[in-house]
Amino acid sequence: MDNSLNERKNNRRKFLRVSFLTGLSAVAAKTGFADIPVDPEKESGEMVTLLSPDGQLVKVAKEKINYMEKYISPEASRQGIPHRKFVMVIDLAKCKNARKCVENCQKAHHLPPHQEFMKVYLMQESEEAAPYWMPKPCFHCDKPLCVSVCPVGATYKRSDGIVLIDNERCIGCKFCMTGCPYSARQFNWADSPYLHVDQPYSPETSVPGKEGTVSKCDFCPDMIRDGKMPHCVSACPMGVIYFGDQLEDIVTNGEETIRFSELISSRSGYRHLEDLGTKPSVYYLPPVNRQFPVDRGFDNDDEINQRYKDVPYVKKMHKN
Amino acid sequence: MESNKRKQELLKEFLPQLEKTSILWYAWVAFLFGAIFLGIYCLVLQILKGHIITGMRDNVVWGVYIVNFIFFMGISYAGALVSGSMHLFKTSWRGPILRIAELTTIIALFIGPLYILLCIGRLDRLPFLFMYPRIQSPITWDVIAITTDLFGCLIYLYLSFIRDFALLRDSGDTKLPKWRINLYTWLALGYHDTPSQRKRIKNVTNIMSAMIIAIAIIVYSVLAWIFSVTLQPGWHSTIFGPYFVIAAVFSGAGVIIILMRVFRSIYHLEKYITKQHFVGVGMILMILSMFFAYFTFSEYLTKWYGSKKLDDNLIQILFTQYFWQFVFSNYVGTLLPIIIMGIPRFRTINTITFAAIVAVFALWMNRYLIVVPTLETPYMPIQDTRPEWILYKATWIEWCLTFGGIGTFCLLFTLAAKFVPIIPVSEVADAELEMSAELAKGQNNYEATITTPIKKQIVLKKEANEL
Repeated sequence: MDNSLNERKNNRRKFLRVSFLTGLSAVAAKTGFADIPVDPEKESGEMVTLLSPDGQLVKVAKEKINYMEKYISPEASRQGIPHRKFVMVIDLAKCKNARKCVENCQKAHHLPPHQEFMKVYLMQESEEAAPYWMPKPCFHCDKPLCVSVCPVGATYKRSDGIVLIDNERCIGCKFCMTGCPYSARQFNWADSPYLHVDQPYSPETSVPGKEGTVSKCDFCPDMIRDGKMPHCVSACPMGVIYFGDQLEDIVTNGEETIRFSELISSRSGYRHLEDLGTKPSVYYLPPVNRQFPVDRGFDNDDEINQRYKDVPYVKKMHKN
Repeated sequence: MESNKRKQELLKEFLPQLEKTSILWYAWVAFLFGAIFLGIYCLVLQILKGHIITGMRDNVVWGVYIVNFIFFMGISYAGALVSGSMHLFKTSWRGPILRIAELTTIIALFIGPLYILLCIGRLDRLPFLFMYPRIQSPITWDVIAITTDLFGCLIYLYLSFIRDFALLRDSGDTKLPKWRINLYTWLALGYHDTPSQRKRIKNVTNIMSAMIIAIAIIVYSVLAWIFSVTLQPGWHSTIFGPYFVIAAVFSGAGVIIILMRVFRSIYHLEKYITKQHFVGVGMILMILSMFFAYFTFSEYLTKWYGSKKLDDNLIQILFTQYFWQFVFSNYVGTLLPIIIMGIPRFRTINTITFAAIVAVFALWMNRYLIVVPTLETPYMPIQDTRPEWILYKATWIEWCLTFGGIGTFCLLFTLAAKFVPIIPVSEVADAELEMSAELAKGQNNYEATITTPIKKQIVLKKEANEL
């Protein structure tokens, strides 16, 4: 008697759990929470009609449906998105240091004000050369020194070209930071409220960060999986940053979609510090035929402007 | 047996050092414990509050800790190289200073790796180094190399101790507590100085001393490669391996001289550690400082002569912001030992010690100048508003932990000198016997009975003059 009652209770509980969780996983697909494995033993015989990718209506047993998981565990994040090679093209002619890329990236990755995965540099090759604004994310190199030097495999290169950090593996030795010639990596020096975010950690979101580990720009694979652009790309009001797939040969800045190879060859795209041989996945278009004078980039807080005080151009400007 | 008698006689002379402890000794140990506890306190603070309380930031990610790491590892390898090669090449005067060199090796080798741990953000994940090792990382090479070195040095040190442990066991009427005699008995592994045991220990020590030289060179090169495999302009250099090895022996020779001076006065070893030893190790110091100066010169000359922007940035910062440190570490530190050792008139025990102290500080500073300014001149210009994120300045936490490490070094040395005679008794006695046996064969029969070290010196000098 007792047994059968328990069984019924269990069944009821199971049913409730499954139905609750199925509902949740539908939500999870939107908000990025955990995936729910469906109990394969339970069969209700209920069928659901679905549209397959090749345009056919198919009937599937409800229990067999595997809801696409949004949450990518650290282990799963080591596999790249199949048949993709992500690239970024940054058009220096359009950048005016509006800093929207920086701000949105910081917001999305819960970074404190001074920690920036995307940095905007005021570059000037020589004193005579024209200064220009250069947004710099992680270059996701094809020959990443940071990955070679990591003693525990906490940072890795994926098949889709993205270099990620698993901050549950990182021991915080900072060797990768000295290895990266582009200063792309940052250390979480102290615990802060920014590191306390109520969401499961995934290297694809880099959220929440962890004290004593290294973090950097991740090319937002969570957004890509959702069919969206990385935060910096969608935030830029000038359409400076193009993002796309080198295998498909297509990049977009959200306004226009162009062939990657054509853009690079027609606009003389280059990679920063090419001679180091790290083979970055980020390309730059030289700052010619500019849309803004470089001084427009100083329409910022004094604190931001202070950063560039050592650039010869700024020094000269202050003198006059 | 004559040798045994002489050994016990010698041991009697050193026993008071092991038996008696003065109030001053306790005060010194208490002081060292104070320094160590201060270090531990800082370590706890650093673990609790994070690395934010150090001066390290995103540009200069390694600071004084890694400098101390290279420095202590260097001292350790130097001890190994000096004692190993003195043993291997049967340097006649090695006896009295051999143990100081060996102890330096092993004690510094315990402390060095502690400093790299201080650079690590998540100490709780240290097992990952063994759970998920990646052989392509130079840090993994270093883990393998340092563990090999640690075992090699421990074996070598132990081998050199066994005979003295046996002596201490057999010493009879000592005031040493029972547990210590038991410990010596256990550690002596039943060594009774039989001819076969004697031969075996000699062979094994010879093999180990050769191995330890090779291991030391490899290990310190691996450490240098941690820096030179990166693309950083100040580090990416092919000569870093040999440069580091030379620098290591240079600083180690300095530390050995300082320790010789210290033990000479506090234990009144004037009879054993003589000027000859100071001049001997001082010569090593001089030769190495020449090599070191040569490597330093060629390293910076090539950077300065060329026109590469990044090299230029580095040279700029070295000759402006770090000018005095640069002059001290690379000019004073190398020239002073050469001048003091090169001109015989200047060679006294105190001047040699002074040169050694300067050399050791200069080398520490040289390591600092290799690590910090390089990280302050990266490929991407540093554009930041926070001054402390641009230039590195060590905080009191880092200094306290540095002193804690030095305190640990001194403490372990103090305790070791309380546990075994700081002069390897068997080694010295054997050397004396060998000497007299050799002399007996020769024409200098009148000196054949010589046993005391002072007379030995006279003989040695005579030999030197004949050469």
